[in-house]
Amino acid sequence: MSVIRRRLRTVAVAALAAGVALGSTACSKSNDDEAGEGGQVKLVLQTFSNFGYDQAIKDFEAANPTIKVEHQRMGELRDFQPKLVQWLAAGSGAGDVVGLEEGVLLQYVQNHDKFTNLLDLGAGELKANFPEWKWNNALTPDGKKLIGLGTDVGGLAMCYRKDLFQQAGLPTDRETVSQRIKTWDDYIALGREYKASGKVKAAWLDSATSLMQPYVMQNSEVFFFGKDNSFIGDTNPVIRKAWDTGLQMAAEGLTAKAQRWSADWDAAFKNNAFATIPCPAWMTEGIIAQRSGPTNAGKWDIATIPGGGGNWGGSYLAIPAQTKHPKEAYLLAKYLTSKEGHLAAFKEAGAMPSSIPGIEDPAFKGKTSEYFSGAPVGQIFGDSVKNMKPVFLGAKHQQVWETIVEPQMQAAERGQLSSAAAWTKAMDEAKKVSAG
Amino acid sequence: MSSTVGAAPPRRAATPARHRPQPRRSSYRLGRWDLKYSPYLYVAPFFVLFGIFGLFPLLYTVYVSLFDYELLSGTREFAGLENYRVLLADAQFWNAAYNTVGIFVLSTVPQLIVALLLANLLNRQMRGRTLLRMGIVVPNITSVAAVGIIFALIFADRYGLVNWLLGTVGIDPVAWRDNRYASWLAIAFMVDWRWTGYNALIYLGAMQAIPRDLYESASLDGASAWRQFWQITVPLIRPTILFTVIISTIGGFQIFTEPLMYGHGMVRGGAEHEFQTLAMYIYEQTFTGNAEYGYGAAMSWLLFLMIIIFALINFALVRRSVKGEQK
Repeated sequence: MSVIRRRLRTVAVAALAAGVALGSTACSKSNDDEAGEGGQVKLVLQTFSNFGYDQAIKDFEAANPTIKVEHQRMGELRDFQPKLVQWLAAGSGAGDVVGLEEGVLLQYVQNHDKFTNLLDLGAGELKANFPEWKWNNALTPDGKKLIGLGTDVGGLAMCYRKDLFQQAGLPTDRETVSQRIKTWDDYIALGREYKASGKVKAAWLDSATSLMQPYVMQNSEVFFFGKDNSFIGDTNPVIRKAWDTGLQMAAEGLTAKAQRWSADWDAAFKNNAFATIPCPAWMTEGIIAQRSGPTNAGKWDIATIPGGGGNWGGSYLAIPAQTKHPKEAYLLAKYLTSKEGHLAAFKEAGAMPSSIPGIEDPAFKGKTSEYFSGAPVGQIFGDSVKNMKPVFLGAKHQQVWETIVEPQMQAAERGQLSSAAAWTKAMDEAKKVSAG
Repeated sequence: MSSTVGAAPPRRAATPARHRPQPRRSSYRLGRWDLKYSPYLYVAPFFVLFGIFGLFPLLYTVYVSLFDYELLSGTREFAGLENYRVLLADAQFWNAAYNTVGIFVLSTVPQLIVALLLANLLNRQMRGRTLLRMGIVVPNITSVAAVGIIFALIFADRYGLVNWLLGTVGIDPVAWRDNRYASWLAIAFMVDWRWTGYNALIYLGAMQAIPRDLYESASLDGASAWRQFWQITVPLIRPTILFTVIISTIGGFQIFTEPLMYGHGMVRGGAEHEFQTLAMYIYEQTFTGNAEYGYGAAMSWLLFLMIIIFALINFALVRRSVKGEQK
């Protein structure tokens, strides 16, 4: 008995030691052995939010039977972004093709050694497909390296609630509304008229901060950062003007004071808390229709944005330098940013094509939205991009806007602190971040 | 425990071997080695894994904290104690520390007291006992993220359940995020919802090990149930209470997901950082913006020290206030 037990024990110890050894070697064994059976290549595509690529990937795989695409959706941009930074620094983990938002793009252009030069892979031939500003944003200052190809742009329009307009006695058809809100002053004046009617409880605009992006993008060539990436947010008069105008509207009771992306903001759509919201193309089906729900179908409509045009958001696809399959990855990125890929994404997620052939295609141009009372979205958003001016955002735009200026402006809107105090705090914080 | 288990059988095995005419030398030596070294091998897996996943990261964090190390740009310059110097003067760090301690106190103290009382109730003979005992741990097995999302909705300023309920009895809506203490309270509520049952179950386990006759003789001497609870139950489960206090301190100081979800997924933790905890600030510095790895590492180390200090303070406090058996 005891002998057997002892032997058993020796065996167990040996097995255990082997197990530990195996366990530690397993860590170092690379798992990117992806060139599977029959010379198939597996590509990993990482995107955030909703790029609308389900169908496009199927089409791509059908056309390229040797390539298999694994699409990893990484949650929102703020979830994906930190992970990507770590993977790029660690030299592994990032997908073969990754989505980059324009607000963070310049940060990567500054550190372009982490990415493959798409010009080396033959991207030069695609230049004519894109608006010049969209192309140049992903280009290094010396023009020798391109790190991303444009997916969507965020052409701007004004989404409004027809039913609430009607209750307040305002015109409801989109041509007349577009005429009545040609400038931001017109827009605010109409808002006052809307409120003065006294017939609606809903506010005019969702939040004072909604004004900021479109207003600055239309009226300035730079936002928080000068072209040398130095912080100019505190001296850019257009930003201060947008800040003051937005908070003035809040003070007059024209805004619903709903903090964007919060649970209250989500609920505000269903609870009919506001009548208008500046909406980039990606916001229409993906956000407004989803949050307002089927009961509000047909109550929304889309007019042109005050000030004529503008851009808000939009992304790129890039190929990290760590990829093992740059050629195949390029094929995928090229397809997804081609006219076909753009139109498929538009159909699925309402993402507006950034390629000129995509915008000109009848599939986009002729598109109407059932949810938004049959509004000709293709035409409205297409036109807004034609009037678009390139705006330089700077490497830390996204961080300064989303984590500093917007929260401070919201705090001022809710009356937590005065506009002046919030402004000073926001600018101090932004300066600190920009310097660090 | 492990050493007696490991050592006992060979002793028995060795005795008959002496009476055997010719013990095989090699197997005898093997037996000696077995006796001497196998206990270490048995416990080795823990230490090997701890070394790889515990000790190494810990020491590496110290190393990284001495550098000006930015992940995205790849800057990596030796900076000595500069990170620590900047950190001690960083108002946002101290704000985060204040929030963390506040949320910790607000959540842990009621949590452990309620858990103790709950365990005492469940320690009785009653119908559906097992069901109830299992029921109180159910919150603990729900996903933190799901809990966070739901509580963020319940405590929404405008369309939230709590403000609606308050409204029905004529109380003004509370600004659940703009008011620092209201936000702490809501987050503490979330933590307690998940962890009270878990701690109650641990207490219950300890209570069941207390001999019944102690209570019987106390009853005979006329001690009330309340007195029995304080004079018998609590002192006898004191080691368990200390255990839960330490574990809660460790967990409470690292609180991250609850306040993050409560702030709609923003690491800022409120417009004015009303509920940004240390873990959130570490995340903000380390993984967003410039990805300041060195600075984040320095902060992680200070957090580690704070946890040790607070765990020791709590340990001393509880040991002094709960009188155990004097041995």
